[in-house]
Amino acid sequence: MSKAARGDPLFVYAIVYLIFLYGPVLLLPLFSFNDSIYIAFPLKGFTFEWYRQMVQNGSLMDALQNSVKLGIVVAAISTGLGIFAAKAVTRYDLPGKGPITGLIMLPLVVPSIILGIALLVIARKFLDIQLSLYTIGAGHVLICVPFAMLVLVSRLEGFDRNLEEASFDLGESGWSTFWRVTFPLALPGIVASLLLCFTISFDEFVLAFFLAGNETTLPIFIFSQLRFPNRLPGVLALGSCILVFSFLIVTLSEWLRRRGVQPTKQGAAI
Amino acid sequence: MSGSESFISIRDVSKHFGPVRAVDQVSFDIKRGEFFSLLGPSGCGKTTLLRMLAGFEVPTKGELFIDGQAMSTVPPNARPTNMVFQNYAIFPHLDVRGNIAYGLRKARLPKAELDATVDQALEMIKLPGYGSRRADQLSGGQRQRVALARALVRRPKVLLLDEPLGALDKKLREEMQLELRQIQQTVGITFVFVTHDQEEALTMSDRIAVMSKGKVLQIDDATRLYEAPTCREVADFIGTMNFFDGAVATVENGHAAVDAGPLGTLWVGTGEHALGPRAPVTVAIRPEKVQIGWDRPDQPYNVVEGRIGAEAYLGDRSHYYVEVPGLARRVAVAYQNMARSLDNSSDQGRTVWLSWPPDSAILLPGA
Amino acid sequence: MVSATDKATVDRSERSTLLSRVRGVFLRHEALRGYLLLSPTLLVMLGMMIVPLTALIILSFWTQDYFELDRTFTLANYAAIFALAEGPIDLLADPFGAFANPIYLALLLKSIEMSLSATIAVVLLAYPMAYFLAFRVTKNKLVWLILITVPFWTSYLLRVFAWKVILGYNGVINSGLMSLGLIDKPLEFLLYNPASVTITLAHAWAAFAILPIYVSLEKIDRSLLEAATDLGDGPVRRFFRVTLPLSMPGTIAATLLVFIPTVGDYVTPTLVGGTSGIMIGNIIQSLFGKANNAPLGAAVSITSMLIITLLVCAFLWLVGYGRMRRQGT
Repeated sequence: MSKAARGDPLFVYAIVYLIFLYGPVLLLPLFSFNDSIYIAFPLKGFTFEWYRQMVQNGSLMDALQNSVKLGIVVAAISTGLGIFAAKAVTRYDLPGKGPITGLIMLPLVVPSIILGIALLVIARKFLDIQLSLYTIGAGHVLICVPFAMLVLVSRLEGFDRNLEEASFDLGESGWSTFWRVTFPLALPGIVASLLLCFTISFDEFVLAFFLAGNETTLPIFIFSQLRFPNRLPGVLALGSCILVFSFLIVTLSEWLRRRGVQPTKQGAAI
Repeated sequence: MSGSESFISIRDVSKHFGPVRAVDQVSFDIKRGEFFSLLGPSGCGKTTLLRMLAGFEVPTKGELFIDGQAMSTVPPNARPTNMVFQNYAIFPHLDVRGNIAYGLRKARLPKAELDATVDQALEMIKLPGYGSRRADQLSGGQRQRVALARALVRRPKVLLLDEPLGALDKKLREEMQLELRQIQQTVGITFVFVTHDQEEALTMSDRIAVMSKGKVLQIDDATRLYEAPTCREVADFIGTMNFFDGAVATVENGHAAVDAGPLGTLWVGTGEHALGPRAPVTVAIRPEKVQIGWDRPDQPYNVVEGRIGAEAYLGDRSHYYVEVPGLARRVAVAYQNMARSLDNSSDQGRTVWLSWPPDSAILLPGA
Repeated sequence: MVSATDKATVDRSERSTLLSRVRGVFLRHEALRGYLLLSPTLLVMLGMMIVPLTALIILSFWTQDYFELDRTFTLANYAAIFALAEGPIDLLADPFGAFANPIYLALLLKSIEMSLSATIAVVLLAYPMAYFLAFRVTKNKLVWLILITVPFWTSYLLRVFAWKVILGYNGVINSGLMSLGLIDKPLEFLLYNPASVTITLAHAWAAFAILPIYVSLEKIDRSLLEAATDLGDGPVRRFFRVTLPLSMPGTIAATLLVFIPTVGDYVTPTLVGGTSGIMIGNIIQSLFGKANNAPLGAAVSITSMLIITLLVCAFLWLVGYGRMRRQGT
C-alpha cells in the first residue's frame, strides 16, 4: 500500500469495516478477564478465575474431547472425498460436470436446519439409527465436502495437468503418479482443507443440535450454558479459547491454500 | 517392407472430439531412427496425433503400431515412447536431478549407477553441476534440456516432441535446433517432432508430414516439399508461392502448354501428372525463381509484362509485388541483391518483364 | 506392404485378455475414469443429502398423532399450512387473514423480509470493501484476504453470542452508555427484535459476500477500464457503465449465498431475536421438538424451500443472470 492510498476514503472505509468485523468478536476475550459475573462496563478488575473454572468443568472437557475427535475424523473423510472429486473435476472432461458439481455444492445453499432435520428424519423415522457422534459426523461431512472440494479444486487447477501426464509418460502408473506428483503438489491444499474442515466441524452448531445423542459437542455445551446468566463468564473464557484457536488454524490454512496459487485464481474458490 | 522400414505404423487412425474430427483417417509409416516432423497450422491435428502415439489420447478408429506392437490397449506408462512437453512439465517440487531420475525408479538401479546415469545425462545436455537446481531457477532453454534428458534416460524407442522450441527466443531456438538434431544422431532414437514452424521442420527433419484439418497432405523430405509440392495447400503453406489458374492446351515431351488467361500460354513440366487436354490446372512458381527485368527477355514463352505495385527491401534480397493486368493477385518476386548499391529510389509504378524457364514452375492438378 | 507384421499383431491384439479389454474401455473412455473417481463423493452426497431430503418429502405426506406415525398418504399437512379461513376478511388490515393458520406463511414472509434486508445490507457494505481489495490493494493482498476471511470461519455461534453481549439489557452498549452518564436506564429496544436479528446476520455473513464480489472485480480486464477512460468516461460514469455491470455475476452470487442460508437460520433468531424476532427456523425446530409434529415440520420445511427456490429463480430470471454469466466468460 502506498502512502497516497492512506488518504483514500476507500482505505478509511476498509479500516472501519475491519473494526466492524472484528470488534464484536474481540469483546469476548476482553470480558473473559473481567472480574465480574456481569458482562457490562465499566470493567471491574483482571482475573483468571473464569479460565480456572473452565478447566475444572468435567462435562466441558468431555464435550471438548468429543469435538476434537469428531473434527479430526470429519476433516480426514471430507478431505479424502474432496481430493477424489476435485481430481475428477479438474482432470477429466466429464459430460454433466456442471450439474454434478452443483449437487456437491448444494449444502452451501441449503439452510443447515433443513439438512439437519432431513438427516434426523432419515435416521429416526426411516432407519432407526440411534443418534450419536456418528450421526453428527455424517452431517458434518456433508457440509465440509463442498469446502474441501473448493479448496482442492483451486489448488489442482493451479498446477499444470501436463505434470501428471509427464509422470505417466515416464512410466509411472496412476497410483504412483498420485503419490509422486499430485499429492506433493496438492499438499498445501490438502493441509488447508484438513484444517478448514476441522474448524467447520469444531464450530458447527445447528446440525449437531439436531443430530446429537447423549454425547454433546462443544458448541452444544456452550449453547446449553447460555440460558444461565451465572455461567456466561465461563462461556466467555471458553469462547475466547476457541476463537484464538480457530483464528490460528484458519489463518494457517488460508495462508497455505492461497500461497503459490496464481493471483488471478486467488479467491476463485471462496 | 522390412521391420526397420515401418517402425511406427499409423493405420486409418481417426480421433473425433464430439463433432470435430481432429485427426481424420490418417495412415503412414515412420522409419526406425528417423527424425520425423508433423507440420501444420494450429488445430490441424498434429498434436492430437502425437498424443495418440504417447497414449494420452486413444484413437476413435484405427490402430497405431510401434515396433510391430499394437498400442490401443497399452497405457502411456507402458509404452516405449517418451515425450518432451510443449511447456516442458518440469516437476516443480523436485530438483533437476530428481526430475531426470524420475522415470528410472522402476529400473531399480543401484544408487551409484543411478547417479552415474543422471550425471551422464546432465553432461549430454551441457548442464553438469545443475543437479540441485529447482525448476524455477532454470531458464527456458535449460528447462527444455532437462525435459529432453528426463525423457532420454529411459532409452525410449521413440521420442515425441511437442513444439519443444516454441517458447524459446529466436537465437536460442536456432541453437537448440542444431543441438537436437545432433543428439538425435548420437542416440539414434526415432524422433517424432511436432511444429507449426516450417523453417524449423525443414532444417531438422529427415521427412515431414504436412497436415491440415486432420488430414495428411504430403509426406516428403524438405527438398521435395519445397520444390515438388503435390497439392496447392502444401505449396501455399511451405514458403511463398505464386499461383496461376488455367487449363491444359497440349502436352508434348513431358511439358504442358497451359492456357492461363491474361498470362497467355505458359509452358511447364508435367512431372508425374498425366493430364489430358482441357484439364483444369494451376501453375505454381516460387518468387525467387522468377526473373525480373526492365526489358522484354528474348524468350518465346513464360514472359509476362507487369507494373511494380509494391516493393520491400530486406537487405539480402528485395521483394517486388508486380501487378499484371487481368490478374487478381499480385505476382511476388524475390530478387537477390548481389550487386552492392546505395540507390534507394523507388521503382514503384515502373513497367517490368517477368520470365522463367519451364522447369522452374510446378504443375498442380485442379484449379 | 506392411501387412505381414501388422496383421499378426492385429490378430494378437484381438485375442487379448478380458483384463486388457476392460483396460482398453477405460483408456478409450476418459469420462468413465472421471466418473469412477467421482463416484465415492457422489455416493456420499446422494446418500446423505438426496436420500434424506427425499425422506423429508415423504414424511411431509404422513401425519403424526402424539407418538403414532400414520403412514397413509395425505395432503393434510399442506392443507393445514394453506387452509383458508371462513367468513369475510379484511385483506388490507391483515394480508394473511385469508389463511386459517396464518402463522407459517406469515412467519416465512417475515423471515424472508428479515434476511432480505440483512442481505441487502451485507452486499451494500461488502461492495466497497471488495472494490478496495480488487483495485486499491497492491501489496500484501494475501494479508488482506486472510483478514477478511478468517472471522467467517470462526464459530458462528460465538459471533452471534457476541452480539447478544453487545445489545443485551445489561450489555456492552447499555452499560457503556450508562457509565458515561448518557442514559439513566438500559435501552430495551436494542435486543430481541427483528432489527437486532438483521444486524447480527449482516455481521455474521459479511465475508460470504465480499469474496464473490472481489473475485468478479478482480477478473475484470484492466484494459477495459482504460478503454472506457480513453473513450471519454470519467471515473463515476466508468464505474456505472463498465465496472458495475461486469461485477454483477459476483454480486448476484453474493446475494444468493447470503440470502438462501439466512432465511432458515436458527441460531441468530434464537439468541438475539426474542419472541418478536423469531423466524421460520424456530418453528421448524419446535415442530420437530416440543410440538412433536415432525410431519407438519417436514411440510413447513418443504414449503419454505420451494418458496425460496421460486423466489431465487424469479430473481435470477429478472436480472438475466444466465446471459450475464455468458458475457462474463
